[in-house]
Amino acid sequence: LPAAVLLKDTKLMDVKLGQLGSWLATRDFTPGGIMGAMRRGYERYYNKYINVRKGGLGGISMVLAAYVVLSYMWSYSHVKHDRRRKYH
Amino acid sequence: MNLSFFDQFSSPSLLGIPLILIAMMFPALLLPSPGNRWINNRLSTLQLWFINLITKQLMIPLDKKGHKWALILTSLMMFLLLTNLLGLLPYTFTPTTQLSMNLALAFPLWLATLLTGLRNQPSVSLGHLLPEGTPTLLIPALILIETTSLLIRPLALGVRLTANLTAGHLLIQLISTATTTLMTTMPVVSLLTLAVLLLLTILEVAVAMIQAYVFVLLLSLYLQENI
Repeated sequence: LPAAVLLKDTKLMDVKLGQLGSWLATRDFTPGGIMGAMRRGYERYYNKYINVRKGGLGGISMVLAAYVVLSYMWSYSHVKHDRRRKYH
Repeated sequence: MNLSFFDQFSSPSLLGIPLILIAMMFPALLLPSPGNRWINNRLSTLQLWFINLITKQLMIPLDKKGHKWALILTSLMMFLLLTNLLGLLPYTFTPTTQLSMNLALAFPLWLATLLTGLRNQPSVSLGHLLPEGTPTLLIPALILIETTSLLIRPLALGVRLTANLTAGHLLIQLISTATTTLMTTMPVVSLLTLAVLLLLTILEVAVAMIQAYVFVLLLSLYLQENI
């Protein structure tokens, strides 16, 4: 039974698990495509949380929290020596 | 316990990309360019108001030729402010604790003000080396002293920023280590140390903002003398 919509145009949440591989194959992984995807993600976040009439503290707090988590992940191998233990 | 308290100042890297690179590019994400609406969102409005405020403050003492420097001084101010303040979040890296970066910011900008002055109005620029009304006998000594003070300005700018931020971060780390270590043995002393830590954190927020301001203000002062 062919899909009602082309696989290329379905959103990620509507893709069945078995179709995931072929869905990924239809995506655009060129540098221009990746920049476009990042731009679209940024615009989605910006227009939903920041570019609203009564934006609150949550919009930038989520960005800052993500930055903290990213910094933690980036420096994990450096930070894991800081645990409390008897012998380092 | 850290292996050494200075480990926090080396930039960790993952997959070959050092964290300092992300730390330097991240503040740009927090400053969205305002759209073409009449009333923008709250973040853009606040940001525009703030940038107008500091640009006006910086540009009032300068004449029309100095207004060419508005963009670089304002963007320098925003960059330093944001990197200093973001460095106070846990696990983040503060690029301005590295002397190399601060000297790289201070030296070219100071040199630019000096060369502008020497090129456009050489006698006035050199005249700044001797304050008015000095006794005649003191003139040679004073010229030497003023030249030294002129040449040490970029070093002072860079080291001031580095030292203030490094000292602040180090103090926070020391006092928080003391707080956690004392919590098991003497909880009351640990609470007092916690109060000290709270005050220190407030101080650090202030220092972060003040140091950025001082850096840019001094640069604009050097510019006023030379423009």
